[in-house]
Order: sequence, then structure tokens, then C-alpha cells
Amino acid sequence: MLTFQDVVMRLNDYWARQGCIIQAPFDCEVGAGTMCPETFLRVLGPEPYRVAYVQPSRRPTDGRYGENPNRLYKHMQLQVILKPAPHDVVELYLKSLEEIGIDLTKHDCKLEEDNWESPTLGAWGVGWQVMLDGLEVTQFTYFQQCGGLDLDTAPAELTYGLERLTAFIQDVESVYDIQWNDRWTYGDVRLADEEQYSTYNFDEADVDFVWREFKLHEAECKRLVAAFHERKDPQARRRFPLLAAFDQTLKCSHLFNTLQARGAISVTERAQVIQRVRGLAVAVANAWVEQQEEIAEVTA
Amino acid sequence: MSDLLLEIGTEEIPARMIDGARRDLARLTLEALKRVDLEAGVSVAVEATPRRLVLIAENLPPKQEDRTLTMYGPAQKIAFDPDGNATRAALGFAQKMGTPVNEMKVSPDGKLCVERPILGRAAADLLAEILPEIILGIHFPRSMHWTGRSGPRFIRPIRWIVALLDGAVVPFEIGGVTSSNQTWGHRRLGSGALTVTGGDDYRSALAANGVVLSTEERCRRIETESEALVPAGLRLRSNPGLLRTLAYETEFPSAVLGSFDPEYLDLPEEVLETVMLTHQKYFAVETESGSLASSFVAIANSGGDPDGEIRRGHERVLRARFNDARFFWEFDQRLSLADRVEELKTVTFQATLGSYWDKTESNWTIARGLAADLELDDPTVDATLRAVRLAKADLTTEMVGEFPELQGKIGGLYARAQGESQEVADAIYDHYLPAGAADQLPRSAAGQVAALADKLATLGGMFRIGLVPTGSKDPLALRRAAYGVVRIIVEGDLPLQLSGLVTGAGAGENASSLRAFLVERLRHWLLESGGFASDVVQAVLTASDNVPVDVAARARALARVRSTPDFESLAVSFKRIRNILEKAGGTDSFANVVPDAALFDSDAEVDLHEALERVEDEIFSHNSRRDYAASLTEIATLRPQLDRYFDEVLVMAEDEAVRRNRLAFLAHMLVQLTTIADFAAIAPAPSGNKP
Repeated sequence: MLTFQDVVMRLNDYWARQGCIIQAPFDCEVGAGTMCPETFLRVLGPEPYRVAYVQPSRRPTDGRYGENPNRLYKHMQLQVILKPAPHDVVELYLKSLEEIGIDLTKHDCKLEEDNWESPTLGAWGVGWQVMLDGLEVTQFTYFQQCGGLDLDTAPAELTYGLERLTAFIQDVESVYDIQWNDRWTYGDVRLADEEQYSTYNFDEADVDFVWREFKLHEAECKRLVAAFHERKDPQARRRFPLLAAFDQTLKCSHLFNTLQARGAISVTERAQVIQRVRGLAVAVANAWVEQQEEIAEVTA
Repeated sequence: MSDLLLEIGTEEIPARMIDGARRDLARLTLEALKRVDLEAGVSVAVEATPRRLVLIAENLPPKQEDRTLTMYGPAQKIAFDPDGNATRAALGFAQKMGTPVNEMKVSPDGKLCVERPILGRAAADLLAEILPEIILGIHFPRSMHWTGRSGPRFIRPIRWIVALLDGAVVPFEIGGVTSSNQTWGHRRLGSGALTVTGGDDYRSALAANGVVLSTEERCRRIETESEALVPAGLRLRSNPGLLRTLAYETEFPSAVLGSFDPEYLDLPEEVLETVMLTHQKYFAVETESGSLASSFVAIANSGGDPDGEIRRGHERVLRARFNDARFFWEFDQRLSLADRVEELKTVTFQATLGSYWDKTESNWTIARGLAADLELDDPTVDATLRAVRLAKADLTTEMVGEFPELQGKIGGLYARAQGESQEVADAIYDHYLPAGAADQLPRSAAGQVAALADKLATLGGMFRIGLVPTGSKDPLALRRAAYGVVRIIVEGDLPLQLSGLVTGAGAGENASSLRAFLVERLRHWLLESGGFASDVVQAVLTASDNVPVDVAARARALARVRSTPDFESLAVSFKRIRNILEKAGGTDSFANVVPDAALFDSDAEVDLHEALERVEDEIFSHNSRRDYAASLTEIATLRPQLDRYFDEVLVMAEDEAVRRNRLAFLAHMLVQLTTIADFAAIAPAPSGNKP
């Protein structure tokens, strides 16, 4: 039987053979692998790229104190970006399932319409949820827009829900019963996270503190983007820390999610705060495209 | 005659879009063939699976008809001088055409002309031009690009194209895909690329590679296999919409029977059905008495389930879903609906209009007004207002978070479980009804008021802040809400006035446009659900549109009597009266003039006046009982007097006093007799009397 880490390693190995960089998880809190710079910034512009990485994804409102067998505050995604999408991308994906021991001739595999949209990232794409015997195991998206910018190519994004997929393979009813390796279960590794972070997000987070933090990161992001636009010196522009500005955007996004789980965002505020985060994401994306074009001119 | 096979091979097309794409493909093909003169005698058929849109056109002409193009030059008398020599005009035309003057003909209207034979182009050449346009002309609600921003757009990437005319490839290219004679079977049941000639071998190649091309056949397969699996004593709960969806999500459908622990049957059937049908796309199974059984049928896109893996997988997912639902149910009982009302302050209804707590306040105020208008008894008023107070509270529950389509219903079920009265629970359960033109209506008075208040508050609020539907755009489904209002009132026979509803709804400056919006939905109801002719609808609405129930009653009466000969003739007379008054300055300018019987100078006038007074008394008493058919029959008895009046009386008399008196009399009659319907709007029947 494949363990949780076997599934990760086999998928990494498979995608490495398809020419993907195997990246490490991104080290800011994110709600989805899509938000990492390896996806969000790399899909912008015309440059080809192929990357795969496991991304722990934090969704404060989805926490259930470790009491629900299928719902998690933090789950693991395997994120694959193929830019541009090859013509046999669906087939490549299906083969990855066979790589982890799923014989598709003996299963019911359907691609059901599921378009993806992230208002906070100014991003959307069209695609499917991949249903395996009625279980959604992967989100498959062709990106069309990111950071409010129309994309030159339509990269394919494959997001595997690793817990679900492994629970399916191991035929267990609760994610906490998944064998992480031969000795330890998923519950052994992660239950404390779920209990403590659910408590933090729902009950303990200091609303004033989180709001202050949100505003500080927001201000820093805006300051950096403005500074980039004021720089004239080409060298200074090329090494300007827009990646650091993007970190600030991600911090804001996560803090917003925390505030929401804490019940601290009023109705009238909610839409406005989403707009504020989206404004940061769009500003960074536009600056990034500008900077990358300048770098491309120099290297050309 | 030639046969065309076109197969657009794509990645999985969303099931809900396939019927539309098929219609577009057939229509666009016929239009394009007509444009290039290839449509004569052609028969077109379309088929579709999730991965292919297929067009089969038979009996195509192999080429366009040859034809002659005539080019016209100068008129003969300009082209030749008196001596018969070609002029410069003629020579210029000859040079332009490259044809000597002496080889030209003269057209019937006397111009020099040259005839050019145009050879019809081959169908294959024309198809190579029009097929790409047809393919990319198919409309999809949300298309994508996949080869780059400037590349073609389609619903999902096109991966192969088969285009064969009598077995020969019609060459063209879309997004880097070149048309060919190669197709592909089922993703896992097929074996690689398949070369076809386009005839019967196409269907058989697909059949041998796990693709049932015909949608009807896939539907039959799903039904037959499913029914065969259902154990004795149980039956499949049929669902045509789900059947179609599954036929469009599979190329080779196979039914798989699964079961679940009967203890889940304790959960509400609404929840179980939503999970199975909407979320998992399973057919439910029921007992002979119609209650849900602990089995289901899943439709797999595969060749079967020899090892039972598919069944186990689907059972596992369903178990998890049902467990979730049970968890939600139990978890949600921590807080009663009453305790949840306060939490509605954090649930957005609309950015400007505020939270669902604010909306609950609006609903409550409107409901109280409606209950008073309807003169409900005190216990019913209490139950109604209690239901309205609690109706939105289920939006804060886990269950509705998971199954938003069950909002309202969950509230009703929870209310019952928490000890609210049946009347309150039912009203909450029903307050989103009706969701569509064919949906059921709230079952009780409390439910009617709760449903009306919810819709009116939404309409009033949205209109107040200017979110008024325009054209075909109606993202907030306000038309549906307004139609729901009309249906509840008219079909529920509630004596409510639009003026009162609109004032209560709080549409602010846009009250009159909200009123017009409701009248439009009422008109729609009269035409579609009532089945009344458009002139009848116009006639009753023009007379008065304020009380929908009354409008419907008048429409019914008018529809019954309109075809009687007396009535038809009456309608003609009223049109005449209206025309006369309009020419004389409009009905209103005489409305306040009291006709003076002393000024009548003919028997016809006196007769009509007396008859009218008698009729007025009668219709007053009929109308007060809403017996409009009796009133209309009464009015129709005026025909002999009216006919005689117009035969003998000249309304526009020389004497001004007489003339004004006659006009005033007619205006008075028009106002008195058209409270039920504006008879002038009634179109004469084709065989009716002409004036």
C-alpha cells in the first residue's frame, strides 16, 4: 500500500520526468498553491515554465478542531504548472494517477466542469474537477487571467488534494487514519495543528493585533510598489524587491482569512477588504510584468 | 451527391453546454451552406459526447451550380455614334472587359453587356473555407484560449478534427490542429488513433473503441442498465435532467448499483436527495410506497465494474457525504434558529443594503403590512411574523453552508426539530417558493406572506439602489422574484393591491418603475400561465392593473364573452367612441361634464341613455360580486341601442351645446363601461363584423 509520502514522492518523480522543477513549498502562509510566486508570478508573461511542489495550504474557516474526518484547516496540495499547456496535458495528468497505482480501466474517471476564480488575486481560469469514483481528487485549470492581467499563454494548473487522494488509495474513512509512512499516521503528524490553529482562528486570535498586522503589511506592500515606479535607474529597477512586496500581499490575504474566521469582518467591510487585497495583488502583478520585460530586454 | 463527416475532438465539454453547441453547429452549418449555394437537398445531423461534436451532412451537391455573371456597360445610344461606330464610352468598356465591342451583347434594357461564365466551385474547396468559421462560430457561455491570447477561442482545447468529404480529407487548420481522417476513442477503453473514411466505419470504429456516439443510445443504455440493477421491490427514481447530464458526461456509460447504511435514512430526505442527485449525480432508488431506499445507482464512464472497485469508491464518497450531513445536523443544533438571528449581522445580503439581519427587518415590516392587508387572524399573524423572524437564520448553519440549494428547507426542518409549530416551520420551509414558473407555491397563508415579504423586500431594496434589470441581464433574478410575487397573489387568490405592495416594498424614487416591473410580470403570467390572448390581456390591464387577482378575474370573464356576436360589435362601437372623443380633444376633457338629458333630441339618444342607466345599476351589483362575466353580458345587451344611436345620431352636431353634451355622454359611457376592460383594445375576430 502506498503511504502518504509515497504518493508525494511518486508524483514528484513523475512530474520531474515531465521536465518539471521540483520546488520546495513556499514559506509564507497561503490559502492555495496558486498564490505562491511559483504560480502567481510565473504564469505572467510569455516565458515557458514547468514546476511542481507540495504546498501546505491554510484556510482558517475550514478548520474543525480536528473533529471532522474530511475537513482541515491546513491541507496539502500538490501543485503542478505546465506553461504553456502541452497538447496532451489531460493524458499526462491521467498517467500520473496510474503512476500512483490507480488502474483507470477499473475506475470511473470524469472531468466535470469547474471554473476557478479568485477575487483576491484578480485571477480566473476554466477547467474541471477530476472525479474519481465520485470523489474530487484534482482541480484542473487553464489560467486565463492573473493579477487582473490577461495571460499570454494559457498555463495548465493541476492541483491534487493529497489527503483525499491518499485516503482513496488507502481506503480509509478519515484523513487522520492515513498512513503517512509505515509507522506514523496523518493524525500523529498533524492533529495538534488542527486543534490548536482552529482554536486560534476561531477563539483566540487577537482581533486588534491581526488588524494592525494587516494594515502594516498593506502599507509596506504599497510603499514598495510605489517606490518601484519611482525608480529610474535600470539596474535598481531590475533588482527591486517586488517579490518582497508580493510576500506582503500574501500576508494580507492570510490575515484577512484569519479575521474572517474570527468573525471580525463586518458585512460592509468584507467586500472592501477583498478589494484592498486584490488591489495589492494587481499592483504587484503589473509591476512584475514591467520589471520582467525590462530584464528580458537586457538579456536579449 | 456527397457526404460530409465533421468531428471536432475536444477535451471534456461541460455537459450543460452540449445541447446548445449541437443546435449552433447544425444552424451555422445550414446557414453557411446556404451562403455558398450548397444547401439544396442537404440533410444535417449532429451528435455529441463530452469529447466530440459531430456533424454528418448527407446529399451535399459536389459543387456549386455554374452560373453566368453579366457585366453592364453604356447604353446602346451612347455606345454608338449616328454612323454606328463605337464611341469612346464603348471602347473604354471593351478595354476594361477585355472583350471587343463586336462580341458584346445588348441587354433587354438596351445596354452593352458582357457575359462571363462562372464555374461553380467544388464543395471540398468551399468546405475548407467555411468549416473553420462554423466551428469557431459555436457560442459557449465561457470560452477560453489555449494556444495564446491571439489564438482561437472554444469551450475547451480542440485536440483533433476529422473532416471528410466522401472519404477525402477537407484540409484546414484551427489552433495548430490540422483536419485529418484520424479520430480517437474513449480515453481508457480506446486504442490509439483510428483511421476512418467517414461512412459507417466511423461509428463502428468508435463503437469498437468504447464510444457510444448516439446520445439517445447512451440515455437508453443508462436507463436499461440502471433498471436491471435495481433489486426487486424497489424502483429507480427517474430524473430526465440527470439522465441527460450523465449521457453528456460519459462516452461509454455503465450503471453501478451501490448501497448505504439504512441508518442514514433518519436524515431528512431533502438532504439525502441533494447529496445523491445534485452533488454526486446518482439516481435515487425508492420503495413501492415512494420513500427513499438505501440504494443508489451511479453511472460510470467505463466498461463495467468487475472487481466492484467503482461501487466501493462511490459508496465511500457517499458515506463521507452523509456523515458530513449528520455531523452538520448535530452540530447545528447547538444554536437554535432564534439564537442565530443575531449572527445574521455578519452575513452579507447586498453590499449597500446590508446584512441578512437588515433584510430580516425589512421582510418583517413588509410581512406585518401584508398580514394586515389580508386581515389574517391573530394566531396566523403571530406564526407568520415568527417565521419571517427566523426564516434567514439557517444561512448561518453548517448544513446550508454545505448545501446552499437547501436554504429555507433546512430552516423549516430545524424549526420543527427545535419545537416551533408546524405552521411556523412550513412557512420557513416554503418562503423561497416559487423558484420558477412551474415550481410549487407556499402551502399556507403564513408561507404566502413570508414568501411575498422576502421577494418584495428584495425587489424594493434593489430598485431603491438602482439595481434594476435591463434587457436580458438580470443577475439578481429579480424577474423571477417578481414573477413569484404575481404567482403567489394571483394563483393564491390574495386580494392585494400593487400600489400597496410597491409602497410597502420601499423602492424609494424607483417605486413607479417597480410597479411597472410587477405589471410586466403580471402581463407575462396572463399570457403564459393564464393562456389569455394578448388583446384580452391588454384590454384588462388598460382598464386597471392595480389588483392582480381582479385583473385575472376580468381576463377570464372577457375571454369567455369576447367571441359572442353582440360583444364583437360592441367592441367596434367602443373603438368608434374612443376615436370620436380623441378627435374632439380626448376623453378626459369631457370626464367632468355631466351630460344633460334635457339636451337629448332624438329617441335613439334617449333610448341609449335609459338603457345605460339600467345597465350601470346591474353591472355595479355584478362587479361588487366580481361576477364580471355577468357584467360583460349585461353590457353586450346595449348593442341594439348603440347600433341605433350611431345610425341615427350625428355626434358632432352643428350646435355646440348639443355637440358637447353628446361628447360628454359618450365619455361618461366609456368611463362607466370600461372599468372591466378597455373594449377598444379587443381585436375583431377574422370573421367578425366590420364597421
